[in-house]
Amino acid sequence: MTWEVVIGLETHVQLSTRSKIFSGASTAFGAEPNRQACAVDMALPGVLPVMNEGAVDRAIAFGLAIGAHVAPRSVFARKNYFYPDLPKGYQISQFEIPVVQGGSIAIQVGEGDKAYTKQVELTRAHLEEDAGKSLHEDFHGMSGIDLNRAGTPLLEIVTEPVMTSSAEAVAYARALHALVMWIGICDGNMQEGSFRCDANVSVRRPGEPLGTRREIKNLNSFRFLQQAIDYEIRWQIEQIEDGHTIQQATVLFDPDTGETRMMRSKEDAHDYRYFPDPDLPPLVIEQARIERVKAGMPELPAAMQARFAADYGLSAYDAGQLTASLDTARYFEAVVAAAGAAQAKPAANWVMGEVAARLNREEKGIGESPVSPAQLAGVLARVADNTISNNIARKVFEALWNGEGASADAIIEAQGLKQVTDASAIEPIIDEVLAANPQSVAEFRAGKEKAFNALVGQVMKASRGKASPAQVNELLRKKLAG
Amino acid sequence: MSATIIALAADLAAGRVSAVELATEALARAQASTLSAFITLDPERTLAEARAADALRAAGSAGPLTGIPFAQKDIFCAEGWRTTAGSKMLGNFVAPYDATVVARGKAAGLVTIGRANMDEFAMGSTNENSAFGPVRNPWDAARVPGGSSGGSAAAVAAGIVPAATGTDTGGSIRQPAGFCGITGIKPTYGVVSRYGMIAYASSLDQGGPMARTAQDCAVLLNAMAGFDERDATSLQREAEDYTRDLDQPLDGLRVGVPRGWLGDGVSADVRAAVEAGIAQLEALGAKRVEVDLPHAQYAIAAYYVIAPAEASSNLSRYDGVRYGHRAAEYADLADMYAKSRAEGFGAEVRRRILVGTYVLSAGYYDAYYLKAQQVRRRIAEDFATAFSACDVIAGPIAPTVAYKLGEKTADPVQMYLGDVYTTLVNLAGLPALSVPCGFGEGGMPVGLQLIGGAFSEARLLNVAHRFQQTTDHHLRMPPAGAPGAGGAQ
Repeated sequence: MTWEVVIGLETHVQLSTRSKIFSGASTAFGAEPNRQACAVDMALPGVLPVMNEGAVDRAIAFGLAIGAHVAPRSVFARKNYFYPDLPKGYQISQFEIPVVQGGSIAIQVGEGDKAYTKQVELTRAHLEEDAGKSLHEDFHGMSGIDLNRAGTPLLEIVTEPVMTSSAEAVAYARALHALVMWIGICDGNMQEGSFRCDANVSVRRPGEPLGTRREIKNLNSFRFLQQAIDYEIRWQIEQIEDGHTIQQATVLFDPDTGETRMMRSKEDAHDYRYFPDPDLPPLVIEQARIERVKAGMPELPAAMQARFAADYGLSAYDAGQLTASLDTARYFEAVVAAAGAAQAKPAANWVMGEVAARLNREEKGIGESPVSPAQLAGVLARVADNTISNNIARKVFEALWNGEGASADAIIEAQGLKQVTDASAIEPIIDEVLAANPQSVAEFRAGKEKAFNALVGQVMKASRGKASPAQVNELLRKKLAG
Repeated sequence: MSATIIALAADLAAGRVSAVELATEALARAQASTLSAFITLDPERTLAEARAADALRAAGSAGPLTGIPFAQKDIFCAEGWRTTAGSKMLGNFVAPYDATVVARGKAAGLVTIGRANMDEFAMGSTNENSAFGPVRNPWDAARVPGGSSGGSAAAVAAGIVPAATGTDTGGSIRQPAGFCGITGIKPTYGVVSRYGMIAYASSLDQGGPMARTAQDCAVLLNAMAGFDERDATSLQREAEDYTRDLDQPLDGLRVGVPRGWLGDGVSADVRAAVEAGIAQLEALGAKRVEVDLPHAQYAIAAYYVIAPAEASSNLSRYDGVRYGHRAAEYADLADMYAKSRAEGFGAEVRRRILVGTYVLSAGYYDAYYLKAQQVRRRIAEDFATAFSACDVIAGPIAPTVAYKLGEKTADPVQMYLGDVYTTLVNLAGLPALSVPCGFGEGGMPVGLQLIGGAFSEARLLNVAHRFQQTTDHHLRMPPAGAPGAGGAQ
């Protein structure tokens, strides 16, 4: 029996404003409990919310980035429920009329032959405030309340139920994560809770209507998202195959056991008694404001990817890799700007290869690379004009990384790494190598091509890498033929 | 003391009296009073404010209100003052910040004599819903002063202070002003900042001044009004001088009287006083016209859906977690909420929270809340139509004069029906005032309500001022021997 999986995601993206969505208190992470909660955040009697326009601009930017309708008029509503870390007894959110409506995000799923792309449609994205935090440990049976997070601006981004596997869900979450960081509306820090996913999962037999969904709450890593969905799918299929029916519920994922467990059933669901918040007038967004936000936005990854492919002749894969983050794309473009468009392909190889590997090893972001784009362009230029080989280029890069010189040229000069292309300088080395390796020579003459490569290697080694590999090849063949 | 702000300001300016002297006298009257007009007196704090006012004057920086004593309705948060909103829930709450109205009053040099008693969270029409005891009407201690700003009205009427702040959600400035024979204006929604004013029903609440005369109200409103970036519903407008038109003649003023407003629904004594008031306006050059407010009859129903709905949400923050009353013992979180709120809130507040929760519930929202909002729009349209035919609307404030304590407490609906002439104004967001226009049954004051279009405060105050130039109802004091008036005059 085959099963179809249906997944929709709700993602809470913390917007990168300095102050809270309805108050002037700081949103910085990690302060002492309740030190970043002002009178408004604590819901003292008489206080009122005032809209943080920066949060609105970020919502507009998101709407533009996904081709959504940015509502000219949206409405804040109160979602009423009691909880100790919800100081007002209601959360200010958007309910009937959200600020961002529709839109879609392209995802790439799988690798190799099985790779495919898919467009994930979004239902909406709305502005809301975060709640505080309840701390149930360390208080001797009592609970502590930290309101620092209360009032933190969130954009809740909701997809249609259009994903059919955990792989698609993760691909979407990664694409969304990259996008919100790309357009600079979220710091993307998942450990600090800046990007949290809820997954609605249901299964059905092909051709049947949608099954009953269960919602997995608060997944703050891509790995947990994958594990939780996979577990939930297996669990739901088992339940149905065992003759049970799925009850609508909210569940939590336990990373220690890898299982989901029920938090509350539909019967426990609150009646939130939504109604328009009388303290906040409708959010009116003029076209001029949308244009202003648009003008301040970076080129979007999809557009940049297409441009890289068209302008630099890069493959779709390379263009995709280089636009994985705005910092990477900007670094790449800076290298190309300094080295010339003709160097785009080697620049791409370097950025995705040596630079990425080196950064990875030191757990650094590309923004922190000790080798600047101009320095890397200098390396590429010397490879292009045959001053150095690719192997030496890696040496020069390493030297730049370690701060041994200010430029490729300076390092090549100081360390004497200039490629030797003078035949009269290479020939004596070849002679020495041939004399010292009669066995290899004999094997080559017996038809073993491998032996030739061994001899090339010996010559390169003897020249301390400085000999031009092409020239070594040519001269060596001549000698062996002679 | 029957002196007006204007008169006291002249005395202060001339050095005939100091702010400290005025405050000391007012405190003595407040302490001697048996009206329960105040929830909290804090003489040290009052005298500190008075000294600051005198210092301001000595430094040459005094304004028209510097040193004037007043009663602050206990709904405005004021740093260092216990701020209870008339509730046991906030019986121990000392505000750590100033409401915008409070900050503006301070900047003007007003001196807080005390925190005026009020119906709990401004819910009530009699001031019997205060957790700190009912306020008495200075004209007859057996009668209510009206509400919810009953303490403010009583304190001014009794001559304890020349002025007070009030708030008006469904009539809470105008009705007690009418019941106590003083003048009070509810401004256009959004003119006075609500920041720091403890919310009852956010889309209806509006602060305003209460005083002996329209002129004093204008001077006070100058200090209270103005855009406030901390209140998103505050209106961004040029600052106005509300005294600018006080002396304008009333020639040609079209006074609209809504059809049916002076019929069987209003008692004979009130009708007679209001009719006399309108006749007086005509004598001043005004022209009486009939207008229609066809949806006014639905105002009470709409009000008692919208206000409780907003209140049920606004009062959720009083949960015993961070401040305010928390039950001494409880089994778990739900029990703590239930006990703290059951103990902290009085019966009327609990009733409105229940009603509000009900009308917002899934399945009922459309039938109640949405319908009430539709009524609200119709009422606003009615007013717009009416104001194409008249400049101000005149009518009663309430169907009767102030009634006896306890008379209507058993039947909340009867009590709500008393708001028939006031709630519609809040639903439409318009300015309106109450001006004394005579006396009715038992010698009790009767108020004339004047309603205007949006931002017509200056016009309303002008009409009331001209009216008061030719009448003396507002100058009468409660008879000697009446509670607040006795002895301390």
